[in-house]
Amino acid sequence: MGLFILRRSGVMLLTALCLTFIVFFLTNLYPNLEKLAKTQGNFRMSDEAVASWLDANGYGGSMVSKYGQWLGVLPGWTRETEKGVTGRCITGTASAEQAAEAPTFCGILQGDWGYSTRFKDEVSDIISERLGNTGLLMFWVLMLMVPSALLIGVLAGMREGTATDRTLSTASILTTATPEYVSGVIFIAVFTSSTVGLKWFKGTATSAMDNPNFENFFLPVLTIALYGMGYIARMTRASMTEVMTAQYIRTARLKGVSFHNIVLKHALRNALIAPFTVIMLQFPWLLNGVVIVETLFNYKGFGWVLVEAAGNNDIELLLAVSVVSVVVVLVTQLISDIGYVYLNPRIRIS
Amino acid sequence: MTKMADYNGPILEIDKLSISFFTRLREIPAVMDFSVAVQPGEAVGLVGESGCGKSTVALGVMQDLGKNGRIVGGTIKFKGRDLSEMSAEELRGIRGNEIAMIYQEPMASLNPAMRIGKQLMEVPVIHEGVSEKEAYQRALEVVTDVRLPDPERILNSFPHQLSGGQQQRIVIAMALMSKPSLLILDEPTTALDVTVEAAVVELVKDLGKKYGTSMLFISHNLGLVLETCDRICVMYSGEAVERGSIHDVFDEMQHPYTQALFRSIPLPGADKNARPLVAIPGNFPLPHERPPGCNFGPRCDYFEEGRCDADRVIPMAPVHGNDRHETRCLRFEEIDWNAPLTLADQKEKMPPGKVILKMENLKKYYEVAANALFGGGEKKVVKANETLSFEARESETLAIVGESGCGKSTFAKVLMGLETATEGQILLDNRNIEQIPIEERDTKTISDVQMVFQNPFDTLNPSMTVGRQIMRALEIFGVGGSEAERRRRMLELLDLVKLPRAFADRMPRQLSGGQKQRVGIARAFAGGARIVVADEPVSALDVSVQAAVTDLLMEIQRKEKTTLLFISHDLSIVRYLSDRVMVMYLGHVVELGTTDQVFAPPYHPYTEALLSAVPIADTSVVKEHIVLEGDIPSAMNPPPGCPFQTRCRWKSEVPGGLCEREVPPVRQLGGGHQVKCHLSDEVLERMKPVIKVAAE
Amino acid sequence: MEPLGFFEIALRIIYQLSPVWISMVILFALSIGFKRRLGLYGKLFDSPIGMIGFALVMFWVFTGIYGAMDMIVTHDPLSQVSGMKNKLPGTPVPGAGEGEYPYYLLGGDNLARDVFSRLVKGAWEVIKIAPMAAVFAFMVGITLGLPAGYYGGKLDTFLSFAANLILAFPVILLFYLLVTPEIVATGVPNYMAIVLFIFPIIFVGVLLNSRYYTRPKLRNWLLPVVLGTIIWFYLQLVSNGGYLINTPEYAIWGLPRAMDMFDIPGGILVVFVSVVFVNSPTVFRIVRGLTLDIKTRDYVAAAQTRGEGPWYIMLWEILPNARGPLIVDFCLRIGYTTILLGTLGFFGLGLPPESPDWGSTINDGRKLLSIYLHPALPPAFALLTLVLGLNLLADGLREESLKD
Repeated sequence: MGLFILRRSGVMLLTALCLTFIVFFLTNLYPNLEKLAKTQGNFRMSDEAVASWLDANGYGGSMVSKYGQWLGVLPGWTRETEKGVTGRCITGTASAEQAAEAPTFCGILQGDWGYSTRFKDEVSDIISERLGNTGLLMFWVLMLMVPSALLIGVLAGMREGTATDRTLSTASILTTATPEYVSGVIFIAVFTSSTVGLKWFKGTATSAMDNPNFENFFLPVLTIALYGMGYIARMTRASMTEVMTAQYIRTARLKGVSFHNIVLKHALRNALIAPFTVIMLQFPWLLNGVVIVETLFNYKGFGWVLVEAAGNNDIELLLAVSVVSVVVVLVTQLISDIGYVYLNPRIRIS
Repeated sequence: MTKMADYNGPILEIDKLSISFFTRLREIPAVMDFSVAVQPGEAVGLVGESGCGKSTVALGVMQDLGKNGRIVGGTIKFKGRDLSEMSAEELRGIRGNEIAMIYQEPMASLNPAMRIGKQLMEVPVIHEGVSEKEAYQRALEVVTDVRLPDPERILNSFPHQLSGGQQQRIVIAMALMSKPSLLILDEPTTALDVTVEAAVVELVKDLGKKYGTSMLFISHNLGLVLETCDRICVMYSGEAVERGSIHDVFDEMQHPYTQALFRSIPLPGADKNARPLVAIPGNFPLPHERPPGCNFGPRCDYFEEGRCDADRVIPMAPVHGNDRHETRCLRFEEIDWNAPLTLADQKEKMPPGKVILKMENLKKYYEVAANALFGGGEKKVVKANETLSFEARESETLAIVGESGCGKSTFAKVLMGLETATEGQILLDNRNIEQIPIEERDTKTISDVQMVFQNPFDTLNPSMTVGRQIMRALEIFGVGGSEAERRRRMLELLDLVKLPRAFADRMPRQLSGGQKQRVGIARAFAGGARIVVADEPVSALDVSVQAAVTDLLMEIQRKEKTTLLFISHDLSIVRYLSDRVMVMYLGHVVELGTTDQVFAPPYHPYTEALLSAVPIADTSVVKEHIVLEGDIPSAMNPPPGCPFQTRCRWKSEVPGGLCEREVPPVRQLGGGHQVKCHLSDEVLERMKPVIKVAAE
Repeated sequence: MEPLGFFEIALRIIYQLSPVWISMVILFALSIGFKRRLGLYGKLFDSPIGMIGFALVMFWVFTGIYGAMDMIVTHDPLSQVSGMKNKLPGTPVPGAGEGEYPYYLLGGDNLARDVFSRLVKGAWEVIKIAPMAAVFAFMVGITLGLPAGYYGGKLDTFLSFAANLILAFPVILLFYLLVTPEIVATGVPNYMAIVLFIFPIIFVGVLLNSRYYTRPKLRNWLLPVVLGTIIWFYLQLVSNGGYLINTPEYAIWGLPRAMDMFDIPGGILVVFVSVVFVNSPTVFRIVRGLTLDIKTRDYVAAAQTRGEGPWYIMLWEILPNARGPLIVDFCLRIGYTTILLGTLGFFGLGLPPESPDWGSTINDGRKLLSIYLHPALPPAFALLTLVLGLNLLADGLREESLKD
């Protein structure tokens, strides 16, 4: 088991490196840098001015060396100007003495996530604050989505072909066919607008950042949860129906076990193995939902940061966002693998 | 819940039972007018081919027909009470408590995520409300009863940690937990190896006696029923056709189907040249396409037009002079049941020709990771084939016999070129081919060595027409210069395997298992194969179809002078058709010789046990009873010394623990007969024949 | 003029859609009439779920096609009519001239454009991209998934790693990085198009060659003809105005303009490529899994023992028998692609701002949602019903294909 986790972590690291390099590559393509220079400087910059701005701010040089600096395996750039020394590891302009004392390496390995050009702030601060907001959102999404999806799936799959099954299955299909930007819009229209007049909830979740309550937080949570819920419920149902036709369920039935106990004691555990992996692999999708819902409900979390960073080509912030999301995705994959092994005695004890 | 009060009548009484399945299109009758009675302590065998409705009867008794199945007529009485009138609650009290059932697939019958102990303890906890501790004690007892070693460890393990034989013993233990009055066994040993099957069958018999349980034993294997049951009921196409005591039915059969069934199975004495099998003509009717009158009519030798096919239900008629012996035949009193079999044309024995294929010291080792999921770790070497040497001649049938893990499939792969040998050589016409993978073999070599596969439902590509598949083989083998020529050749091949030419345009799903297997044979012979490896070609087919396919293979072999390497675990069919036999165990050839030499003493101890394990459907055969202990060791982890030493009953005859230390050498016993055994000549001399046909 | 009432709006919309109704009636009548001869497609008409799904899908397909032919739309989807800003459904158009449609059936949006016409035109935006993108994703997934599953080993490890890499990428981040005008300017999408679109050529080439190499006479004319046509299409697809890549710094020559019958604008190409790119790994994983399962069958062993090449086995023995799950996934994938396209529109990525696609329209409409519902809700329901239809269709197909 230890070896297994070690190997998986190795693969994870390699994946994270590849993905961040791709992000790095795409954000550092010249037209993107040019746009960055123009937004930071002014829009009427000449080509030469753009080039010199980029050079002065450390965006020159080869892609690989810049990536190395960002990672913290290559020494950060420094540049001597008439005013003093500027550099990756130096805040603002410093004297030569100060520059000498500054660390040589300052990449994410040293815990230095860089500086956001959009928010004019340390990337790590922005990320930690916004991630907290999104964490809260995700927590409630999972609390709502997972139990209800499993319940729906098990109820539907328990007796295949009955009216309950048909109803629940159709409902699940309906929710998988409703992306967040559709369901969100419908919810806002129905529950918050003055036209319909129900006004049960608030149409924005801005206030939920400080003071989340049912009124301002339920709709965003429901919107994200609903889209994922149908998918998990259908997987659970498929797994449950398969288990319910298995020979050992017949054995249990013919042993005289009551239907109630067949479902709870014999079927449930076997039926939950497959959906477990599905839930964990939902995370990259959930991130999608988070971005849409945070935009839709004006909730300033991680997804909102992503949109802002990408829209303004805020390279270091964008890289940090991708590192965080990739790590989240990979960690959930790891948990899914371990959980699968744990749930399935066939693999656990061999 | 307690048991039902004592009752003196029959335990189970099925009367005129009819069961139908309802689909969107039509009602499909699965069982019609079926009656049988099981007396206390009696074992009744239910025999028939697949699709005859025997399993449906069992599920009917359990009242577990699913949502499409329904009992449309008749009654099932258990201890005098009609099961169909019971409430769900009452039924639950009976299931597992008074009636228990054992199925074909032991692995599938056990919950993979629940420990064995818990699954066993559940039964008394539900039905008798006993405490956990008491239930555990009971489980321990029963597991000991089914002769499993180290019961406590077993109770604490998960199903996948046990071997197939052990799993089936657990299923049996589970069925016996509440000491039921009726045990239904649905093909309980089909998924097991022959030697393991023999042990399980004996266990069932002994426990049946010990617990005084009545049994309903469902099987397609007449030999097995003979060994286990007191009475038998033969089913055909949803009906019982003959019913009576084992001896009445086996020795004085009164229904043409029963007779045809016996004539189509290879009993001792049958011989491919002198006394060939008689296949039942035609096909099993589909449930919704049954003929009017007698279901067996269209395939029956004694069919009388206007009488047997009159559209009316044929009743069961008692056979006078026998105890409760009945038959569903209108003409049984007119038929001369003792008339000698008109022998199908006897054939000349083909003299074997020159040596075509020669194996010398062939070895095939695999390296596998010790732990498949987590990867890495140390590698293990699996010795799939160990020093294989033999010759095969033109027109000869060499049977390769062995149970799972004996290396017969690996050997076939190496011969075909799907794998290359680790050591040794394979000579085809004196050319070495052991190191040439199939991609590098020339067309001639490939078309010379072809294969017929085991599973008829898997052997043809489901999305290509039959004709196209044969023509593709012709194309690949470079036969014929044009499409038209190949089409002609393909039609000829269909003729060769006795399939109508119209089948060329059919999809495989429109064919029955036997027909698919014929197409597989046609495909193998498309390039004029000289060596055909037949990997259990008939074991997945029904008894009545087996004979026809076997005969077809023999006939083509005779015509084409093919060398047939016949892989099988079924010694009856091997004795019937092979010229020489090679017995394998865990990658080793333990015995090799002509059929007569191998089937007569001196035997290798494994061959001896194998012979004793194969059930024979003949009341006049007396077998010596040898039951092997334990299971076949895994090829990943073979025992040291002689591979068979862990189960050998002769081991004590070899002094000094030699068997545990050294792999025995190959010993020549004269006439090309060889065994791999440490036993001394005198001990081998002492061996007695396992099968004796009693003087008639 | 008076604004129309609810029933009148409904009636007028139904009338406006009459070509769609006629087409659907004909299609269903023919399909049900011949359903026993139409294989799996015919069996679909045995399943009520499948039929509802198919009807929903075909409704939008026909609407899209006729809409593109200007048959259903009442107004130009881009032109703004003064005085119609945010007007409610059924509002008459002031000063509608002869031959102009006198009402905004579903009202006007915040730029005073006709919501109904934009809805219909939006259907075409989806219909023209989603199925093709799914086809290309399948070509890529199949061409890579088959060998990965069949050979296993290092190839499988590498390809699976690459697939997992893409799957671990949050889709939205990828879109934000890829679908920008800056990236289009670098030519990255063109490179991706050149690579991704080459898979159908490999697929068809190998498919035909592995089957017909035993019949050289047929193969020698079939292969050049088929491949020539596909390569021509490929070059037309990837070259734009005579160039394969055309960036300010450098350019790579492509197909001469004279032979290039159509050009794809950079904005659409990048959307298309991105959608194919994120869908392919999933298809790859499905195909790989199916291959691993089917390659253990005896008919594959039979093909091996008669010396068939690996590609024949993969494409003619394995692939046709994996078709059931693949067809089902194909429907689901079109639905998923529709959702992705909506997401792109919602964030204003790739498509021009005035584009009538549903995602953009929803995004435009949501800003005034608390006051005006009518600009945002119709495209939302349109997207919902199309994806729902595709999912139901997939479900029906799955159910029917399992019944065999």
